Amino acid sequence: MIVMPPLPDGRVLPVLRAPEPVLSAPCTPVDPADPAVVQLAADLLATQRVSPGCVGLAANQVGVSWRVFSLDVTTHPKARITHGEFVVVNPVIEAATRNEKGREGCMSVPDFTGDVKRATRLTLRAQLPVTGAEILIETDAFEARAIQHEVDHLDGFVFIDRVAGAHAIYPRQTYL
Amino acid sequence: MGLLAVIVIGHDRPGIIADATEALAATGGNLEDSSMTLLRGHFVMSLVVRTQTAKSDVEAALRPRFDAHELDVVVMELDDSSAAGGQGESFVLSVHGADQVGIVAAMTRVLADHGANITDLTTRLAGGLYLLVAEAQVPASVDGEALAAAVEAKAAELGVEARWRAADTDLL
Repeated sequence: MIVMPPLPDGRVLPVLRAPEPVLSAPCTPVDPADPAVVQLAADLLATQRVSPGCVGLAANQVGVSWRVFSLDVTTHPKARITHGEFVVVNPVIEAATRNEKGREGCMSVPDFTGDVKRATRLTLRAQLPVTGAEILIETDAFEARAIQHEVDHLDGFVFIDRVAGAHAIYPRQTYL
Repeated sequence: MGLLAVIVIGHDRPGIIADATEALAATGGNLEDSSMTLLRGHFVMSLVVRTQTAKSDVEAALRPRFDAHELDVVVMELDDSSAAGGQGESFVLSVHGADQVGIVAAMTRVLADHGANITDLTTRLAGGLYLLVAEAQVPASVDGEALAAAVEAKAAELGVEARWRAADTDLL
């Protein structure tokens, strides 16, 4: 579990959908102690909590082009290692191995799901909001997949940019 | 033994595939490759059939199975020797953007002009988002960097996002 510093009350923000340009532009590193970044961290968590089936949210999905994302895969059936509910700033993938194909969806691409190859073992270096403390997350399975999906957002990619092939994209059947 | 293409397209209902393939089996046709899907809810199936039965007899066997107002059946002879081999390296093109007329035409023309051969294509439209995923074979003689740059330039011109990348190889 990642112990988060106390955050202010978050606001629920609207989630943007592709092809919104902010979703296709790389996000910029930010100061984790900046009050606007701290507020964004709280807003991402608040928005993620009220969104059914949402396991992670990148800042540009709510229109802010900063390198910040929230995540919580705790209750997901495909998760093994989990680090609870957290927000990280300026994340960098340090190691990613053992690729496997898996199905992904996204609030910014609500009408489709797709098969994407991702590493199932992952090491992420990042900072926590407020304190700027450096953390290292070592994880696997679904949490690893979700983290790569979010880092992709911060680099200006959505999962449909990475689908494995012409038969790897599907109309979305379920929303949970 | 001749090779026929059978295409069935139209209003979807249960039993179209069973009806078509029963008729083909009854004429001694062996299905080699087939593909069936629904496009905007419409039934679309293509079959490649090896058979000793004449094209006209295959047509005659298929036609009574379908209401001509609901489903079209096309039978055509294929040149057995013309099947293109999978030459070159496999790539995947993904394109997404706001719906507009001509995205597929413009992007696939770029591939064609560079000698890349599309082997599989899916396009989807939902909620104003247009999506194209194409798999292509690129011969070794093609200048890969020039092709990638041309894809990027055309996407920028259209205002869509395009990713051109080597396909994941199957690890067996």
